Amino acid sequence: MDADMKFLALCAALAPLLGALLVGLFCRVIPRWVAHGATIAGVTVSFVASLLLLQNVNAGNVFNEPIYQWLTSGDYVFSVGFLIDSLTATMMVVVTFVSLMVHLYTIGYMQDDHGYNRFFSYLSLFTFAMLMLVMANNFMQLFFGWEAVGLVSYLLIGFWFKRPTAIHANLKAFLVNRVGDFGFLLGIGLVLTHFGSLDYASVFQAAPGLAEKTISIWGNTEWSLLSVICICLFIGAMGKSAQAPLHVWLPDSMEGPTPISALIHAATMVTAGIFMVARMSPLFEWSETALAFMLVVGAITALFMGFLGCVQNDIKRVVAYSTLSQLGYMTVALGVSAYSVAIFHLLTHAFFKALLFLAAGSVIIGMHHDQDIRNMGGLKKYMPITWLTSLAGSLALIGAPFLSGFYSKDSIIEAARHSELPGASFAYFAVSFGVLVTAFYSFRMFFLVFHGEERFGKAEDDHHDDDEHHGLAPGEKPHESPWVVWLPLVLLAIPSLAVGALLIEPMLVGDFFRGVIHVDAAHGAMRAFQDEFHGALAMGLHAFTTPPFWLALAGVILAWYCYLKNRALPAWLKARFTAIHTLLVNKYYFDQVYETMFAGGARRLGRSFWQIGDVRLIDGLAVNGTARLVAFFSACLRLAQTGYVYHYAFVMITGLACLLALWLYL
Amino acid sequence: MSSYPLLSLAIWIPIFVGLFVLAVSGLAKSWHPRGLALFGALAGLTVTLPLYTGFDIASAAIQFEEFSPWIPHFNVFYRLGVDGISMWFIILNSLITVLVVLAGWKIERQAAQYYAAFLIMSGLMNGIFSALDGALFYVFFEASLIPLYLIIGVWGGSNRVYAALKFFLYTLLGSLLFLVALLYLFFQSGHSFDLLVWRDLPLTLTEQTWIFFAFLLAFAVKVPMFPVHTWLPDAHVEAPTGGSVVLAAIALKLGAYGLIRFSLPITPDASQTFAGLMIALSLIAVVYIGLVALMQTDMKKLVAYSSIAHMGFVTLGFFLFSELGVEGALVQMISHGFVSGAMFLCIGVLYDRMHSRQIADYGGVINTMPKFAVFFMLFAMANAGLPATSGFVGEFMVILAAVGFNFWIAAAAASTLVFGAAYTLWMYKRVIFGAVANEHVQALSDISRREFFILAILALCVLGMGVYPKPFTEVMHVSVQELLAHVALGKIQ
Repeated sequence: MDADMKFLALCAALAPLLGALLVGLFCRVIPRWVAHGATIAGVTVSFVASLLLLQNVNAGNVFNEPIYQWLTSGDYVFSVGFLIDSLTATMMVVVTFVSLMVHLYTIGYMQDDHGYNRFFSYLSLFTFAMLMLVMANNFMQLFFGWEAVGLVSYLLIGFWFKRPTAIHANLKAFLVNRVGDFGFLLGIGLVLTHFGSLDYASVFQAAPGLAEKTISIWGNTEWSLLSVICICLFIGAMGKSAQAPLHVWLPDSMEGPTPISALIHAATMVTAGIFMVARMSPLFEWSETALAFMLVVGAITALFMGFLGCVQNDIKRVVAYSTLSQLGYMTVALGVSAYSVAIFHLLTHAFFKALLFLAAGSVIIGMHHDQDIRNMGGLKKYMPITWLTSLAGSLALIGAPFLSGFYSKDSIIEAARHSELPGASFAYFAVSFGVLVTAFYSFRMFFLVFHGEERFGKAEDDHHDDDEHHGLAPGEKPHESPWVVWLPLVLLAIPSLAVGALLIEPMLVGDFFRGVIHVDAAHGAMRAFQDEFHGALAMGLHAFTTPPFWLALAGVILAWYCYLKNRALPAWLKARFTAIHTLLVNKYYFDQVYETMFAGGARRLGRSFWQIGDVRLIDGLAVNGTARLVAFFSACLRLAQTGYVYHYAFVMITGLACLLALWLYL
Repeated sequence: MSSYPLLSLAIWIPIFVGLFVLAVSGLAKSWHPRGLALFGALAGLTVTLPLYTGFDIASAAIQFEEFSPWIPHFNVFYRLGVDGISMWFIILNSLITVLVVLAGWKIERQAAQYYAAFLIMSGLMNGIFSALDGALFYVFFEASLIPLYLIIGVWGGSNRVYAALKFFLYTLLGSLLFLVALLYLFFQSGHSFDLLVWRDLPLTLTEQTWIFFAFLLAFAVKVPMFPVHTWLPDAHVEAPTGGSVVLAAIALKLGAYGLIRFSLPITPDASQTFAGLMIALSLIAVVYIGLVALMQTDMKKLVAYSSIAHMGFVTLGFFLFSELGVEGALVQMISHGFVSGAMFLCIGVLYDRMHSRQIADYGGVINTMPKFAVFFMLFAMANAGLPATSGFVGEFMVILAAVGFNFWIAAAAASTLVFGAAYTLWMYKRVIFGAVANEHVQALSDISRREFFILAILALCVLGMGVYPKPFTEVMHVSVQELLAHVALGKIQ
């Protein structure tokens, strides 16, 4: 069985890499059908292998073996290896399925782009990197995948490299992620130092023994080792999963083409942090400090990023803020030790958020690359499939009962309610109130795009400079997208609707994650949730009596009233609460503060180090100063070297006289 | 293992071919010596390969040893040999020489002298990495200054005389005290220049301290460490592409190699006493120089500063005194040879076409040089320490080792994750990305086959070392363990 699993795992990981290399190396010579053919074949192989692995895992097999030794040094052995258990297999299926859908969709979405082949190469490369991340059985490889997905994200955000905004966004994304990785790497360093190994299995096994260990980080204060490790690791997750205050890169990443917003910046890469913490549950469970920290960070992100979604006018940015908020929900789940719920929400979110992004992309195609929702309206008539699938995605997102998002999100809210950690009551409030916000911004966008009056066709100039936003010319009408675009929407809509009801019982209540996710007996939120659970149907019916349902409904009605019924209200609110509106439009001024303080500060510091330290002090004073000093002394000495014989004779006689005088008197 | 004197061949083949090129070019004016120079470089590389294949990784002893008297009156011996620490540098140096000859393929002005300088320098560098006799080392060490001085001074840019002189005086000044220290050791050890004798020579802490600082001055200039680093940006800016490549890839390794070959074994107690100072200077190199690099407007200066920051990891790794740290530092040295060499070659490719090193003169190069942009991206990412490139391995090892030493030292070192990415990718963005900035960029032609070939070899090295670094470290284990045991034991009982 093991040999089979190893073969499948290698197939799953290497097939997309092969596709990416083939297409990437020859992207300038191969025709388009080879590019998408080869990469789609690679990802399909990977998807099938992932399904087979899931089947294997369900049959009770776990694969945990090194593939090759990467490096040895001293007693340390760093290997590349795979760990395939229920958590990995779930992630693999999600990643490869969404990736396959996105590959398919890209055929339609990118058909006019010069970088068609290159794009497919990146997509497959990303799939490989993400698989390496989730399949890792050690921290080294985790970090490898972690950075590799960051690289591909960087390349894809800057895919349209002529746009100044895109290449600014990709640099920003990379650097903000690196700030997170800074913490992550230190966490890995602490693990290696104190556990003597980077293999998950040995680290997790040794964790209980080190639970009481403290280290002094600063002065004489003793810190729990595991708390420090977990917080360092979580800082990495904050970068990758865009938790406040390291969230600033994600909205800007929307500069990339829409398919990758769906794949990387919604469904998979940004959830890497969530996955990582769930994978590390045997460590995090020993640190209530880290759990509480996650809880608060997640709650802040969930609520406050949701507010920002309410004032955005770019269709992709609304969905991006929604992603931030949903990632906050997952982090809250991690914080209350409901790891399985976090993974469950990750799974459902991957489907419905990829769906929403791809639907937004379909709208963008229909609108000829105008992304401003104020210029849309009434698209339902022209794009019925996009409308229907968007509705399914939006309902799933706001947690309409019986849809997949409902099961996962309600579970998070319930788990937060049961938690007794410090900060849990705030988190409970944040995630509950967040439901209203989510419903409001989702349906604000939905109504503005698909319903109401038709506001398109007002684009002033219709010059078709490629890659640029332009929009529909007057009189032009949007059309439904081709089948390669809408088919993935339909295929993603199905799990968005159904997967929650089907999987909640095995994943959250059953023992699907037994032996993989570890929850300490002291953290009872999940157990309390399980005690109250009486089947998916009962949970759905019960929902009508709970606040989240009514909050969601209120949000939808509010959006309907504001944007369809009484359009004067938002304008009035905006005028009435100018300060709040300005704050939201400026995204709480994070960007401005970071730009001035960190980017500007580093530049100012660098310039003064250079000009004062290097140029003036070292070179000016020490190096050239020495040279000048030597030159000065030699100039003085040169005065004596006149070249006249009678000068020298005079000096000699004077010297002789002095010596004689000395000799006579001493 | 091998009956051929491989190390002597590695030293003298390039030198003799270099001299031969000089001699023949005087006879035939119209003849271009590049073919012969390439042959010499390839022959030099070929004889170094058995060093790896024939190396016994289980032994800490000196291998491929050669021994014959040179100046018997002063007990100076022609004594060569390699261990796990030095072996890779000889191969690296010989490989870089081949690439440098290829990179200078189009040179017309005084071509014979140009190739001769590089070939002779290559031989001398091999001599430095394999000499086991203090006097022999010193001769090679000082002699290697001359070709590099000439390369900068003759084929350099507009301010080449200042840069060449600065480089020469800086390094010469450093090595004067080195000579004094060598002579002191010679007399203390009863008239021996043998490094292995010096290694076991008992010395008091005071003696060790003096010797340590005399060594340090010589080697710190070469590394270069803060605050004696300011010659490097000037030298790089003025040097021709090949000169920059050799300077970054090989010449900078001499200082670090000196530290691990002389300072650590001969003055182990002083090394431990002053480890704090060394670590502090290394961290300044990482943080301070990283910030300085961020603000450079000249691409070559930027990469030069980034070299200093990367070499900070080498000195940091050495003075953590752990196997992971020292091996990480050695890996970083090898990797830096590939990566910085490649970065300077990339800048050379641009300079050949635009005759400008100013970042502001570029923009949107990817539109006209897509193939080049891919290579440059790879090397930029390696410079930023991305996993699966060689740049990651050494930094990863040193940072992990530093965490074991002190959390905050590791944190300061790990700041390179942010700074390294910031200065490299910001430059990349301004040069490569964007719309075509001006008509000069519009007129650029993509890399030629020759340039493609050079960059492709380095790309393979960078990726190969990143994906599978084990062959590089496994040869080091025993030598490094033995060295660390020696340092830990110390000389003062």
